[in-house]
Amino acid sequence: MKTETLTSAPATSSEPKDEQFERFLYQMLLIRRFEERTGEMYTKGKVRGFLHLYIGEEACAVGSISALRPQDKLITHYRDHGHAIARGIAPQRIMAELFGRVDGTSKGRGGSMHIFDKQANFYGGHAIVGGHMPVAVGLGLAAKMQGQDSVTMCVFGDGGVAEGEFHESLNLSSLWKTPNIWFLENNGYGMGLPLAKSVANEIYRLAEAYRIPSVRVDGMDVVGVHEVTEKALEHCRTGEGPYFIEAMTYRYRGHSMADAELYRQKSEVEEFRKRDPIERLKARMLQEDMITDRDYDELVARVEEEVAQAIQFADASAQPGLDTLYDGIYKENANG
Amino acid sequence: MAEMRMRDALHDALREEMLRDERVFLMGEDIGGYGGSYAVTRGLQTEFGPERVRDTPIAESGILGAGIGAALGGLRPMVEIMTINFSFVGIDQIINNASKFSYMSGGQFNVPIVIRMASGGGSQLGATHSHSLEGMYAHFPGLKVVCPSNAADAKGLLKRAFRDENPVIFIEHAALYGTKGEVPDDPDFLIEFGKASVLQEGTDVTVIGYSGSVHQAIRAAKLLEEQEELSAEVIDLRTLRPLDIETVVQSVKKTNRAVIVEDDWRFGGFGAELSAQIMERAFDWLDAPVARVSGKDVPMPYNRNLEFAALPSEEDVVEAVLAML
Ligand SMILES: Cc1ncc(C[n+]2csc(CCOP(=O)(O)OP(=O)(O)O)c2C)c(N)n1
Ligand SMILES: [Mg+2]
Repeated sequence: MKTETLTSAPATSSEPKDEQFERFLYQMLLIRRFEERTGEMYTKGKVRGFLHLYIGEEACAVGSISALRPQDKLITHYRDHGHAIARGIAPQRIMAELFGRVDGTSKGRGGSMHIFDKQANFYGGHAIVGGHMPVAVGLGLAAKMQGQDSVTMCVFGDGGVAEGEFHESLNLSSLWKTPNIWFLENNGYGMGLPLAKSVANEIYRLAEAYRIPSVRVDGMDVVGVHEVTEKALEHCRTGEGPYFIEAMTYRYRGHSMADAELYRQKSEVEEFRKRDPIERLKARMLQEDMITDRDYDELVARVEEEVAQAIQFADASAQPGLDTLYDGIYKENANG
Repeated sequence: MAEMRMRDALHDALREEMLRDERVFLMGEDIGGYGGSYAVTRGLQTEFGPERVRDTPIAESGILGAGIGAALGGLRPMVEIMTINFSFVGIDQIINNASKFSYMSGGQFNVPIVIRMASGGGSQLGATHSHSLEGMYAHFPGLKVVCPSNAADAKGLLKRAFRDENPVIFIEHAALYGTKGEVPDDPDFLIEFGKASVLQEGTDVTVIGYSGSVHQAIRAAKLLEEQEELSAEVIDLRTLRPLDIETVVQSVKKTNRAVIVEDDWRFGGFGAELSAQIMERAFDWLDAPVARVSGKDVPMPYNRNLEFAALPSEEDVVEAVLAML
């Protein structure tokens, strides 16, 4: 079992590096702008319920999910817009879901915390902390039992680590050697509770205790996250069982829109902003002559347009008919 | 037809479904090497191997969730929860994942899982090991709840459960495993969900039970006939969700009286729901308020006499009928 601490490393995929980096940059910008505008839509009352923004953590979703193949499966927690976008689900369908409309991913039945998309092998959006982790084991088990070349990645937060389901899931996946990537977004807090009051050991070491190879990575570095996820995927594909990634990250905004942020200093947020994943990749790409300032501005403009279009789409989408209230509780059986 | 115990009927249903559909597999605590706590799965691991009959750690949340994930991943899992009492430890998986995946995803996903559990009191196992929770599970939209009272129904309903696209909570009263009955051996013997069975026709009162309480209802009907010359119609609900209220209402319109028998606690129990539905649909036909004969409102005591007093008996049913005449 190896435990290593990775920082930024070159990407290994066959795609030309500059194209790949540009895609990372575009997706991170898209997620950030999507989240900023979603926050505005919440203030306007267009988006309701609990809303958890992903701003600051973009490198986690983009770096890891870009390493997955279409046949791989993804299941995540409620802070899920970033994962959905990185998985290629159209932002307009996600926005329509946040607006509660018929063109939303769940036709308005799920909301922000419950984004699902079967076609993208996106198994939710789960709002019970830790509750989706055993489901990931089962998805992995099913692939293994059917001899499918498919890996299931499960994303969760540091708060979930204190739940029993984290431990049951790691134990089961290790015992049964299921093809599972456990991807921890360690943003230092579960709501207002700092990690030190939540988990008694460093988290990647808990995975080691279950004999799962475990890596801690800088979650503000999209390239590093991508590289370790590729490695994890390879490991899972060879039938060696699960792999654990702890990505150290930070959320700039409150836990949800209803957070007075009494538990942290503004200066702490500022400190992390200096390591901003978007700024960091941009700086590197400029320095390595992969883009120019003008290219960057064009990306920003494209993203602005795409998000504006998503909002328009969502706003124009119809409210679900009241006659559809009961639709989808049960799937109809072929033979009645 | 062959006479067999309910445990063997369940065993045969599992075996036949595994032979019919290679996606079917079983998971649970001690279902393999040990043969199952109630011996339902005995021999199946030897026949189908440790992958399709998987012994799991004692981790109810983990294995229920893994079953749900496996169902989403294209398989047809059966998860055995040793007894219904332990389902509390994993109930979030059933309620928040199994029952809601379809609705929350706008119908994109469905969870074809069968969750079997033994239930009921009467064996002096004390308060933690004697729950009857059929009604609690029936509370949740998105689940189907099946609770057979005899060997033939157990087989036909369990086979039917594996052909459902939705999560099925399959509850087996532990006291019934050894009871015998005639069971069809046709591998396509299925019993539809949502169809109550009228076990005995009668004219003076309708006595309704499910799972174990069907037997108190049958014995009470016999006592009523022998001692009071009263004719009771006995209905076995077989599934609580979907609920065959139609058969119940038709019967009550004929007998004008209804008694519900259940092991579960009376307060907020399934009998309260059923009683309300009868009242809503057949109020004008009722000659007396619907009566409930339920478990007493106490954690189950260990002492034999106390436990007996806490559970509904056929005498309680007779008393309830006489009180409404
Ligand atoms: C079982 C459960 N308990 C409590 C909550 C309320 N809650 C929602 S999010 C959250 C914090 C989770 O933190 P973490 O897992 O670190 O994710 P993050 O919000 O930091 O991304 C809590 C306590 C919940 N949703 N589910
Ligand atoms: Mg956190």
